Amino acid sequence: MIGGLFIYNHKGEVLISRVYRDDIGEAGLKAEQPIISRSVPKPVSCLKRNAVDAFRVNVIHARQQVRSPVTNIARTSFFHVKRSNIWLAAVTKQNVNATMVFEFLYKMCDVMSAYFGKISEENVKNNFVLIYELLDEILDFGYPQNSETGALKTFITQQGIKSQVPTKEEQSQITSQVTGQIGWRREGIKYRRNELFLDVLESVNLLMSPQGQVLSAHVSGRVVMKSYLSGMPECKFGMNDKIVIDKQGKGGGSEEAAKSGKQSIAIDDCTFHQCVRLSKFDSERSISFIPPDGDYELMRYRTTKDIILPFRVIPLVREVGRTKLEVKVVIKSNFKSSLLAQKIEVRIPTPLNTSGVQLICMKGKAKYKASENAIVWKIKRMAGMKESQISAEIELLPTNDKKKWARPPISMNFEVPFAPSGLKVRYLKVFEPKLNYSDHDVIKWVRYIGRSGIYETRC
Amino acid sequence: MTDSKYFTTTKKGEIFELKAELNSDKKEKKKEAVKKVIASMTVGKDVSALFPDVVNCMQTDNLELKKLVYLYLMNYAKSQPDMAIMAVNTFVKDCEDPNPLIRALAVRTMGCIRVDKITEYLCEPLRKCLKDEDPYVRKTAAVCVAKLHDINAQLVEDQGFLDTLKDLISDSNPMVVANAVAALSEIAESHPNSNLLDLNPQTINKLLTALNECTEWGQIFILDCLANYTPRDDRESQSICERVTPRLSHANSAVVLSAVKVLMKFMEMLPKDLDYYGTLLKKLAPPLVTLLSAEPELQYVALRNINLIVQRRPEILKHEMKVFFVKYNDPIYVKLEKLDIMIRLASQANIAQVLAELKEYATEVDVDFVRKAVRAIGRCAIKVEQSAERCVSTLLDLIQTKVNYVVQEAIVVIKDIFRKYPNKYESVIATLCENLDSLDEPEARAAMIWIVGEYAERIDNADELLESFLEGFHDESTQVQLQLLTAIVKLFLKKPTETQELVQQVLSLATQDSDNPDLRDRGYIYWRLLSTDPVAAKEVVLAEKPLISEETDLIEPTLLEELICHIGTLASVYHKPPSAFVEGSRGVQHKRLPGSAGSGESADSPDTGSAAGVSEAPPAVIPSQGDLLGDLLNLDLTPPTTSGPPPAPSSGMQMGAMDLLGGGLDSLMGDESEPPPVPQRTDTPQSPQLSHQSPSPPDYSPTELGGDLGGSPAMGAGFGAPPTAMPASFPPPVSGGLDDLFDLGGSVGMPMGAYSPPKSIWLPAMKAKGLEISGTFARRAGVIQMEMTLTNKAMSIMTDFAIQFNRNSFGLAPAGPLQVLTPVGPNQSIEVALPLSTVGPVMKMEPLTNLQVAVKNNIDVFYFSSQYPISMLFVEDGKMERQVFLATWKDIPNDNEAQFQIKDCHLNSDAASSKLQGSNVFTIAKRTVEGQDMLYQSMKLTNGIWVLAELRVQAGNPNYTVSLKCRAPEVSQCVFQSYEAMLKN
Repeated sequence: MIGGLFIYNHKGEVLISRVYRDDIGEAGLKAEQPIISRSVPKPVSCLKRNAVDAFRVNVIHARQQVRSPVTNIARTSFFHVKRSNIWLAAVTKQNVNATMVFEFLYKMCDVMSAYFGKISEENVKNNFVLIYELLDEILDFGYPQNSETGALKTFITQQGIKSQVPTKEEQSQITSQVTGQIGWRREGIKYRRNELFLDVLESVNLLMSPQGQVLSAHVSGRVVMKSYLSGMPECKFGMNDKIVIDKQGKGGGSEEAAKSGKQSIAIDDCTFHQCVRLSKFDSERSISFIPPDGDYELMRYRTTKDIILPFRVIPLVREVGRTKLEVKVVIKSNFKSSLLAQKIEVRIPTPLNTSGVQLICMKGKAKYKASENAIVWKIKRMAGMKESQISAEIELLPTNDKKKWARPPISMNFEVPFAPSGLKVRYLKVFEPKLNYSDHDVIKWVRYIGRSGIYETRC
Repeated sequence: MTDSKYFTTTKKGEIFELKAELNSDKKEKKKEAVKKVIASMTVGKDVSALFPDVVNCMQTDNLELKKLVYLYLMNYAKSQPDMAIMAVNTFVKDCEDPNPLIRALAVRTMGCIRVDKITEYLCEPLRKCLKDEDPYVRKTAAVCVAKLHDINAQLVEDQGFLDTLKDLISDSNPMVVANAVAALSEIAESHPNSNLLDLNPQTINKLLTALNECTEWGQIFILDCLANYTPRDDRESQSICERVTPRLSHANSAVVLSAVKVLMKFMEMLPKDLDYYGTLLKKLAPPLVTLLSAEPELQYVALRNINLIVQRRPEILKHEMKVFFVKYNDPIYVKLEKLDIMIRLASQANIAQVLAELKEYATEVDVDFVRKAVRAIGRCAIKVEQSAERCVSTLLDLIQTKVNYVVQEAIVVIKDIFRKYPNKYESVIATLCENLDSLDEPEARAAMIWIVGEYAERIDNADELLESFLEGFHDESTQVQLQLLTAIVKLFLKKPTETQELVQQVLSLATQDSDNPDLRDRGYIYWRLLSTDPVAAKEVVLAEKPLISEETDLIEPTLLEELICHIGTLASVYHKPPSAFVEGSRGVQHKRLPGSAGSGESADSPDTGSAAGVSEAPPAVIPSQGDLLGDLLNLDLTPPTTSGPPPAPSSGMQMGAMDLLGGGLDSLMGDESEPPPVPQRTDTPQSPQLSHQSPSPPDYSPTELGGDLGGSPAMGAGFGAPPTAMPASFPPPVSGGLDDLFDLGGSVGMPMGAYSPPKSIWLPAMKAKGLEISGTFARRAGVIQMEMTLTNKAMSIMTDFAIQFNRNSFGLAPAGPLQVLTPVGPNQSIEVALPLSTVGPVMKMEPLTNLQVAVKNNIDVFYFSSQYPISMLFVEDGKMERQVFLATWKDIPNDNEAQFQIKDCHLNSDAASSKLQGSNVFTIAKRTVEGQDMLYQSMKLTNGIWVLAELRVQAGNPNYTVSLKCRAPEVSQCVFQSYEAMLKN
């Protein structure tokens, strides 16, 4: 299991160091193995320094770009993730579950952000006692324990909501929640107004050839909820999942489904928050759960079929001699004309030896950004079924570089008020048998946002 | 309030100030002070001096302060064990606290204090906490057992904690179950043979129930544990799979991958015609693809695993090629892995798409990535025949870019394409030759030279081209030198008239001016061949080469099986078995996939033997062997037919030796259910299975071969002139060798007595006032004895003898007093035997086996030193299991290998073996290759160090070669000396 966890700043100075196991200290310090296997006790502080230093020297201060997120130095493995300038490194000498270690590091980041916002050197230093207390609780002897922020907040003393000594009942309530089946929600939550916010957030990814052929396209979507519900409500979520609709269609006659005009979508795969009963989903494909309180991500999904591509980019690049390049890019919006796309940005890469750019665009503003080697064309709003165009003349400095310019793809950013996958929420039912409020007392809000993921067209 | 201020105090007298604050009456002030202490601790300042003051703050009701103090304790208790005892009482008291949070905190922290004295006090509180009414305390206590086991395994067993832990698997709380499983799994790993995790259908059922209810981390522990279970039949296997599949939709990638691991493993047991088998295959693809939308680090881990899964079951992802297309913004490590998988998935159906992508990648910026992309194009050509032509033209386009590393990489792969499709694309040679000058990497140069040599007849100025390389012959890397030597010999055989001078030049360069034994030996072989029988030389050197296989870079099947059992873990990321990077006993246990239901054999029956696996198709690729074949091909000595002249003796030998090193044998012996890949070794050029790990024949690694070629002493001795003696005929090639290996069994002769050197004078009379001591060491019936003759050469009687040893390398010490009961008169001598133990104090000596002795009598104290043969220390149970031997041999890095020559020894291998056995050197296996006997031997020293040896004995040759491998290479020299002494005695 995880032998230790370190947090470094960008200079490689240690901000947090928590060692769970002795073995990791010996990293890199053994030039030769002593023949006679009698360990001489060394001060702990000196031992663990070695692992700390090994990582700093070999990874943070390494001259080369990071070639792998897992590094093995002297039979000790280091896992790292980076958040802005901060490095989080988990260290082990065993054959641990690598996926788990990374998941844990991300979770650690989530928990820290939930407590003190952005993970920066300043914030880490400001909260180091809290971080130690958290590490003590969520990682015992290197085994990850309950890491749901909701549950942690009940008994972490640092800046926790509990300042006074909890009563006996509260104590046992805390422990049963932390270890219990529903570790993500505590009992006895009350709201005057029961409210639910449901966001379908999708990011649509595209890779298109210069000729307009879709090389790959997929939507990765998330259903994000905010729930303010009293008690321990039982929720059921339904969407236009093809498998479910087809199943119902068989029972109630497919005409009905066709009549209602509801399109169903084929979901390639989906994953759920741990509150969702997976076995029920597996057998009946119904999504039922007791929600955490507040913000959480209910599910993630991925679709690849029948995706609505909101924009089409048509590039035209012509090299005029060795010192000039003509670029023309047309974008077409491909959705209902009543809808408006926002925050549109087209990024056209330019060669490194660009000396000057002349731009003409029909709509929005365009600028050549030399520091980013790109032309950035921004349009605030654009309705569906429209078309716009930019043309650029790029002047180049003559170079004797043999290698041709790699022509990176043209990328695009945008936001549209619909789900490019075609996903529709059909229902979200709430049952709370013990308290007396019913499903239609709950105020529910649904919103769809489609954003560009990696939306690229090669040119 | 911010904590960062604590980091800034670095004034002098800080410790003193802190001390005062810690002893303050105000709680707030105390808390502040402890925080400052912890800040100093974090940045590496030594604040251990404050130990007593901090511990004083421990007795408080304030949970926050308590946690802080505990944090400090965990860090410094080890350096201040005596002080740590002060904290014990508070811990014990806290373990009884009414607040379960405090009880748990106490037992958790106590486990983290790794001080032996404290562990004794920990037992009672821990026992109570394991049975606590509160689940939070129980789950913490479960982990604490693992902690305690890490400090003192014996104590945990004696106290019966393991049984309590087993009981917790049936606990009502899912988190307690999960932690108990995690703790037991870890403990079981360090006791490979114990039946700790007694997985039976009942416990499995309990685990599967807990799986639905516990936290994401708990689910991972349980799934990883489930993966170690072997279901009894396909029905049980299916029912477990059915209950595990819902986990594939979990948001946590680790849960998903661990579930994939269980499914991949248990699927082996399902009959392939079962409907459920197909359903399961379909269910596996989407979650694997979803993993690719996770964060880059997880993507990397997922891709490394998918690489394994695709090799084991290509059908799962065969339609998902597109998701592995590289994105512009992917980190480089993700890009490289995706590329690897793309090639594995390439097929006729999707090759057009793949090629278009690869061409795109070849224009990127990152050098490694571009190289790999170019190489990938070549691999596609080899894999999908229909695409070969397009690939070649793509590669030619890339060569035209003149980007140095692209050109070099392209040339390396084109050489492989020539090998795969002979006489098809040679028209491009002209283009390649144009780029000769720009090549500066050994691999590319070697490839180009190979091409020139191979097609010398089609290249008009081949001699000029090769000659140009010859100028800087000694500056080239070995790879290039070897290739150049071969190429010029080829050229000579093709155009003998014009190139005689050239060939002589290269032969003399290789044989006379080079220190590299490989090069020298190859030079001699050619020289000899050319001078004795040029026709035969032609047949040998210009033999038709076997085709190379289409699948390259595959992981060897047994390793792959093992890695599949480790999906999700570091082993699957490194693509190495855990034993390769985990120290101690944890890694040695090899996991295996269960046998498939179809073949009807159980994986657990060790006696299935190699015959049982015949029904299965032989594994297509054994890289370690491939390497060898590559090497051999490289020598261009493959006999074209059975009647052809024999290959050089060194090549056969080298194969045998290499094979053991490379692990080919391992796959044989370690995995009984797989058929032995032996036939490949005797490959004739027609063999369709031929393959090699890396697509480049000149993959000749001098370090790997090490001194193996040196094993033919005739060559070494004949330095400076062509060798005079070459064996005329050979026993049938190696196929029989393995059988020899297996039936060695008890054929070892009767053990003779342990070797004991003759007595020598340790202490001359002149130096010791008339006392002369001569002696020797012997191991008799498992007891080390120091046998001495004490001679009194003085005029007076000597009495009151006593003996003492200085500290020494292996802790030798007298097991009893020196038994000299009667006084020794003048000119009288007596014999004494002093039994020795090996539990004395240890200090490394130089030389290692040096022993410093003090002998006292009524006259004075005398000092002398003697050296004991290390064979005294070889214990009786030094016989290693074959499999362990192979695993260990592989596991010990090659740097630790030492090789020695024993000259003038006239024993045959059996006699040598039984002679050595008398001294507790155990022969584990023997095999015969090309008239040479190889004995694989193990011995264990009294302090538990294992030494592995390979002894090579050639009939009629009095010189033996010993290769020793040991984790402590320092002992090798001593062991070798003992070997020599034992054998010559």
